[in-house]
Amino acid sequence: MTDRTTLEKLYAGRNKDKDVTLIKNMVGRKIVMSTTGLALVSFVCIHLLGNISLFSGPDGINTYAKMLHSLGPFLWVVRLIMAAALALHMVFGILLTLENRSSRSQKYAVNKHLSATVAGKYMIWTGLLIALYLGYHLLHFTVQVIMPEFSAGRNLDALGRPDVFSMVVHSFQHTVVSVVYVTAMAAVGLHLSHGLQSMIQTLGLNNERTQPIMVKIGAAAALVLFLGYVAIPAGIVSRMVGR
Amino acid sequence: MDLTLFIWRQKGQQDKGRLDQYTARHISPDMSFLEMLDTVNEGLIAEGREPVAFDHDCREGICGMCSQVINGIPHGPQEKTTVCQLHMRHFRDGDTIYIEPWRAKAFPVIRDLIVDRSSLDRIIQSGGYASVHTGGVPDANAVLVPKQDVDIAMDAAECIGCGACVAACPNGAAMLFTAAKVTHLAMLPQGRVEAARRVCVMTEAMLREGFGNCSNHYECQAICPKGIKVSFIAKLNREYLKTFMGSPGCSTGE
Repeated sequence: MTDRTTLEKLYAGRNKDKDVTLIKNMVGRKIVMSTTGLALVSFVCIHLLGNISLFSGPDGINTYAKMLHSLGPFLWVVRLIMAAALALHMVFGILLTLENRSSRSQKYAVNKHLSATVAGKYMIWTGLLIALYLGYHLLHFTVQVIMPEFSAGRNLDALGRPDVFSMVVHSFQHTVVSVVYVTAMAAVGLHLSHGLQSMIQTLGLNNERTQPIMVKIGAAAALVLFLGYVAIPAGIVSRMVGR
Repeated sequence: MDLTLFIWRQKGQQDKGRLDQYTARHISPDMSFLEMLDTVNEGLIAEGREPVAFDHDCREGICGMCSQVINGIPHGPQEKTTVCQLHMRHFRDGDTIYIEPWRAKAFPVIRDLIVDRSSLDRIIQSGGYASVHTGGVPDANAVLVPKQDVDIAMDAAECIGCGACVAACPNGAAMLFTAAKVTHLAMLPQGRVEAARRVCVMTEAMLREGFGNCSNHYECQAICPKGIKVSFIAKLNREYLKTFMGSPGCSTGE
């Protein structure tokens, strides 16, 4: 009897066609968009919950940041999963949008939409805006090459931890940084107000009765996330947070 | 009532096509939209001009032939109503009406307002049926089906295949049409047998025919003359997921 590793057993039980169907099948593609979207929105929720610790002062967010970094390899696993989800979500999103645009060679002279929302119609643009902002955001707060004078890596707090609190507070005290941030969060909110209900529909987690309710819940959840994120620069600019 | 019409005229698939202006005079509010076009055509014929070609058959809202986008809305402004059942009383004297064919790459224009919808037929041919053994008629009620399931199946079976969902979809997707057939058959024991294969081949057929991808705008549900619900698309998605998770999955061999 040959011993098979768990991985081999897993692979033997898989059908190679499954990889193909996710790309070649219209519903398969939707499932890629929705599951990667689910991963990304989970991050958006956890990120907000973590960052809210800013409101409890320097000790809150600096402890939180230290805890995150102490996770070591686990943090990198999550980062890699997020990067993969983001890459798939973007590649599929762009390709599907291009494909959808070419599905109608002649445009209507008069075209009325009865239920399509602004958020739904501009998914690609809010998505690209978020991607653009994400690059800037990572360079600012993760790599810390934008506004390096406030870099948490270089400035330690009284307990010798990277001073994330001061980095965030000093950065958001610049109007431009805050305005750019709020604009980006508006894009996130719009993107999610269509995306959340769309994900629920694609994964079939509704029925005839709950489908219209899910549309409303999705939009409401998007609004809550938007307000949650905007509370951070609002708190800093209004001097509720910081000295 | 008198109306100004802008009607899409196109000689054939190769022709570029254009919107031409016509005047419809002495239209009775009791006329159907198609009768109004008949009147316009009679006038055109009397003048020795080419009448406007449009699709129609039963004129009682069940055949799915009429295919006109009226003022930017497939089947016009009246909810759950086909063009043939739309009456002129829903318009006002002096109105300007734009009439265009369904627009989608998968629906090439044959002439004027007539489009070729055989791409929908090919989706059905791929798997939108239940294979049955011919033979004696089975006893009534030999196969029991729960009432709730029958109701859902019948609601889905209401689709007349007119293609308005494709015409209305910002992406030109045929997801509602396919979902209606997948749901209709998946809800019944006779159709359940081939449900896994069906959902795969029908969704693959959509892609082959050049329809767009569904991104849940729900325009299709808003304009469907038969009230087909997007909850059927969620049902199709569940059917696909069930097949995808199971063995052997969704084969793309077809």
